[in-house]
Amino acid sequence: MRINLRGVRGSIPTSGPGVKYYGGNTSCVEISAEGWKLVLDGGSGISNVTWHEELNHNRIDILLTHLHMDHIQGLGFCKPFFDPAMEMHIWGPASTTQSLHERLSLYLSPPLFPVHIRDLPCKLHLHEIDKKNFEIGPFKIYSDYIIHPGPTVGFRIHYRSAVFTYMPDHEPALGVSGILEDTRWVSGIDLAKGSDLLLHDAQWTAAEYPQRMGWGHSSMDDAILFASMAAVKHLLMVHHDPGRTDDMLNEMFNEVKNRSAVSFSFEPAYEGMEILLG
Amino acid sequence: MAAYEIEIILNRQLADCLSIPVFITDRKGNLIYYNEPAEEVLGRRYEDTGEMPADEWASIFHPSDEAGNILNPEELPLVKTLKYCYPYHRSFWIQSLNGKKEKISVTSYPILGRSSKFLGAVAIFWQSKDE
Repeated sequence: MRINLRGVRGSIPTSGPGVKYYGGNTSCVEISAEGWKLVLDGGSGISNVTWHEELNHNRIDILLTHLHMDHIQGLGFCKPFFDPAMEMHIWGPASTTQSLHERLSLYLSPPLFPVHIRDLPCKLHLHEIDKKNFEIGPFKIYSDYIIHPGPTVGFRIHYRSAVFTYMPDHEPALGVSGILEDTRWVSGIDLAKGSDLLLHDAQWTAAEYPQRMGWGHSSMDDAILFASMAAVKHLLMVHHDPGRTDDMLNEMFNEVKNRSAVSFSFEPAYEGMEILLG
Repeated sequence: MAAYEIEIILNRQLADCLSIPVFITDRKGNLIYYNEPAEEVLGRRYEDTGEMPADEWASIFHPSDEAGNILNPEELPLVKTLKYCYPYHRSFWIQSLNGKKEKISVTSYPILGRSSKFLGAVAIFWQSKDE
């Protein structure tokens, strides 16, 4: 599978010469294999997805980890929604109170957006997911709730022998003791276990985290500890703080790198990055 | 072993922050976590015991009613919560480790996850204010 990172910024899109390297678009990852396409999250990065390239049918699947604005704000500008020939599937976490359609309609309707979700010309299918196994073309996908405010899932995606895990918003250290040693008590660990590639939230420095505990995000140190406990092979850190320039991110990463002794590779993800797996 | 559901994990993290005894069981009734104040009630450390089957923890306290009659496990709030997936509350007597009888109140509630799936139960022990 080819994995293209289309947006790795957290919270709100940002722009300017200071963020040219890591990029300013919010969460979106494009995965392509055998003529199938998955899009993980619909942040502003969705505007850079290559929609029709290599597709051997008219179906595209968008998998939403959760419905915070930085993960859905690009949906209204997703061109295939306006193509009657397209079959669009949106998968999103189930809530106890409102359907996925109701929750998406809060954004995809006036006054926030001029077009009602019901008026989108594509053939739209919505799927509510929780702890679930499902298949889309050649991909076997496992979803489960993870710790982040509001219903939020992570995805473990198998393609051939490769495993890619996606958890851009995740706070496994929430609590007085941080990430517990016993992995049975660690959110998301089964999703990440043994992954070839893990994309994980790493918005804060270790010093910033205590003041932001409960906001649903991780420090770089906690992302590395989590990846280490899950025995992943490669960690890419995402959900970069919108106030962080390239220089600030590099400084933050180098500081963490100098005191981390782990056996796997890790680095901050940047917009436009491409990874081949499987 | 598979990780617990996040609803269970978050209940444990909450229990870690509280000064009142909290017990957490899985859906089968196995005691999977108790906090430090609960260690004082049990007289055992979680670090030492780990998980504990239902028949073991239910008999540790020697629960009894006002008249001193031993309560069946089925009459305990936590056991009822596990059976009916509903919150329960009751005051009763337990025998502390030094043999002294103490009146306590127990509030128990089921952990029903986002998908309304029953995942386990929580019991909170209060020092009884009943006369």
